[in-house]
Amino acid sequence: MVSKNKKLNLKDKYQYLTRDMAWEPTYQKKKDIFPDEDFEGIKITDWSQWEDPFRLTMDAYWKYQAEKEKKLYAIFDAFAQNNGHQNISDARYVNALKLFLTGVSPLEHAAFQGYSKVGRQFSGAGARVACQMQAIDELRHSQTQQHAMSHYNKHFNGLHDAAHMHDRVWFLSVPKSFFDDARTAGPFEFLTAISFSFEYVLTNLLFVPFMSGAAYNGDMATVTFGFSAQSDEARHMTLGLEVIKFILEQHEDNVPIVQRWIDKWFWRGFRLLSLVSMMMDYMLPNKVMSWSEAWEVYYEQNGGALFKDLERYGIRPPKYQDVANDAKHHLSHQLWSTFYQYSQATNFHTWIPGKEEMDWMSEKYPDTFDKYYRPRYEYWAKEHAEGRRFYNNTLPQLCQVCQVPTLFTEMGEPTRLSHRQMKYEGERYHFCSEACCDIFKHEPEKYIQAWLPVHQIYQGNCEGGDVETVVQKYYHIEVGVDNFEYIGSPDHKHWLSIKGKSFDSKAEKSEQDAA
Amino acid sequence: MSIEIKTNSVEPIRQTYGHIARRFGDKPATRYQEASYDLEAKTNFHYRPQWDSRYELNDDRRTAIRMADWYAVSDPRQFYYGAYVGNRAKMQEAAETSFSFCDKRNLLTRLPEETQKQLLRLLVPLRHVELGANMNNAKIAGEATATTVSQMHIYTGMDRLGIGQYLSRIALMIDGSTGAALDESKGYWMDDELWQPMRKLVEDTLVVDDWFELTLVQNILIDGLMYNLVYHKMDAWFESQGAEDVSMLTEFMRDWYKESLRWTNAMIKAVAGESDANLEMLQKWTDHWEPQAYNALKPLAEASVGVEALDEARAELSTRLKKFGLQSQGVSA
Repeated sequence: MVSKNKKLNLKDKYQYLTRDMAWEPTYQKKKDIFPDEDFEGIKITDWSQWEDPFRLTMDAYWKYQAEKEKKLYAIFDAFAQNNGHQNISDARYVNALKLFLTGVSPLEHAAFQGYSKVGRQFSGAGARVACQMQAIDELRHSQTQQHAMSHYNKHFNGLHDAAHMHDRVWFLSVPKSFFDDARTAGPFEFLTAISFSFEYVLTNLLFVPFMSGAAYNGDMATVTFGFSAQSDEARHMTLGLEVIKFILEQHEDNVPIVQRWIDKWFWRGFRLLSLVSMMMDYMLPNKVMSWSEAWEVYYEQNGGALFKDLERYGIRPPKYQDVANDAKHHLSHQLWSTFYQYSQATNFHTWIPGKEEMDWMSEKYPDTFDKYYRPRYEYWAKEHAEGRRFYNNTLPQLCQVCQVPTLFTEMGEPTRLSHRQMKYEGERYHFCSEACCDIFKHEPEKYIQAWLPVHQIYQGNCEGGDVETVVQKYYHIEVGVDNFEYIGSPDHKHWLSIKGKSFDSKAEKSEQDAA
Repeated sequence: MSIEIKTNSVEPIRQTYGHIARRFGDKPATRYQEASYDLEAKTNFHYRPQWDSRYELNDDRRTAIRMADWYAVSDPRQFYYGAYVGNRAKMQEAAETSFSFCDKRNLLTRLPEETQKQLLRLLVPLRHVELGANMNNAKIAGEATATTVSQMHIYTGMDRLGIGQYLSRIALMIDGSTGAALDESKGYWMDDELWQPMRKLVEDTLVVDDWFELTLVQNILIDGLMYNLVYHKMDAWFESQGAEDVSMLTEFMRDWYKESLRWTNAMIKAVAGESDANLEMLQKWTDHWEPQAYNALKPLAEASVGVEALDEARAELSTRLKKFGLQSQGVSA
């Protein structure tokens, strides 16, 4: 029956191989098959307008992905066989991996679950298929990260119980609550949060620090993962852009809803990335670029161009982007200073940067580092040298929304802490910023549910009343091994022995003095 | 004689992650283990889902089935993502060879018009059933808690999309890639009486709330009858109609189904063996859905290979279910 019709072009052929398999149901109500599509108030008038962000049939997907996996695992095997962990720049670098495995990898798994969910929720089959492909990609990332870090876990501490820690440890509630927030929202908000705000707008600020950081620091396993995931990420980014354009083009009533989501999720993402900022400036012995440079390139320039492009839909840049732009001069230093004080409760080590590193920071942060942060580090280094390594024994107050300790300063006033509070149904809630307070005001019934780690410890819900018990028993952080200062830690001593040196506490202390 | 390479051996401080060691001991773990166990969030969820506030995220109460540990269900194929795509890449390579061969030799276009019509009416509409299966498995992947369980379902979900695409390509080969044959075939799915019980069944599964009920209905009961009927019994019938070349194009489905029996059997065995309460629940669902699956396929069997073939498939499913302690209406011939 060779038909006289025209041969299908690639776009139409792909539609026949995806959305055309769907049909208008008649035995069940569409509303019952897709019950979650309306409650957010997003109006979709015509799903057929959905443009497939990529055209990948399953046979091609299996083929390409299998080729990538084969190459990736060949490198993992070679890395393990040749003890590649001995060739990294310095063992301090591994602390970046500890942050990644406990803070980011569990999010990949949550993304797998979240995209599976939205891969069923939409009534548009084209969008469902694109989401499902991202779901299985995210599962890939979750698993390949376990495999990439597996060898490090055999030779360094703090990588041994990532998912357990992600559910419990105080600072890991920052990434966890971020993703819980997205997954508990409706399908359109989930995609605006993760596909657009995170994958499209902010992803380079996660990828460049960790993957380029790996490349600069001799970590062949992680950088190979990064390269291998790149083409997946490219697909995820095109989905992010398509989602936002599609929603905005469908109905003008969608614009204010999406704008609010962009405001919220830009800020949620920015707060989450504050952890990355400290990793980038402080945990990489060989630096790629500074956080402030990365923010300029990947947010101010790229994001600026993007939001210019979205203007025609009536979308403006995120509400609090000026605060975020101003914060680029301070962010990493404020975070590292906080983690330096609370190393007794983290699965990674902290340290005072050496002299060369401090000089690098002075150069990268000419207006702020010497003025506000260097003197603090020099004071702490002196204290450490005199046997008084500083730890803060009072637990920090966490922001009700982003769950970062309220450690940030006001825009333009680097010596004034930023703090907001409000009463809701008789309870007082605290926030790190106007932006987080705004987010709370819009959905208080959501954010009052937050599982705040510090409150939970004080309420006795974490297997102990004192920090040491909580850290050891509830967090599974091995006290004296995984936590505290880097200098003199088991990782440090182990690294020195790999490099054929022995640990001399006096020599190390005088090195600290020089810093 | 062998060549010896001296390497610098380095003693590890631990063999695997703590959560893997707690299950399997501190010894070198397999890639499957490190990729599949205890990766998902389990506790201290921050907010209730706005789309279903009855439960938390990753809440194992989303099914009536109770397991002390859902990781008791694992994959005998040991598929983590890399192993999965590696396996499917090989299968698709074989399928691609068959499709190109058929295409090059015009094996479908030279079939009699009547036979082509039979393919479009009796085989190709199953692409819609596959899309339903894709949606159902995506839902399950999003709601099952243990990664060993959720990953098997997302792999299956993507497989079903792929199978739907292979079925679609049979029509595209017949119509010379114009889409006309797919349109015709979809017309049968929507309006031909033959397909209405099946379309109703698929739509009914799309509103099933309990994800384990759904995996039972979709991956064991419907597939258990349908894959046997269509890709074995009807396959032989198509051959008798002079369409034996189509077999090449459905080989993927036969291989795939044979392989999928491994994980579906392991899953039902673990769940049914866990408790009498589980077994009762599975029995209740089987009683409810198995006759519907049978009735949905009946017109298809009648229009092709005959209802006896479906009865055989039903008896085979019944024998399989018996191994798990489940009764169904299939009567052994």
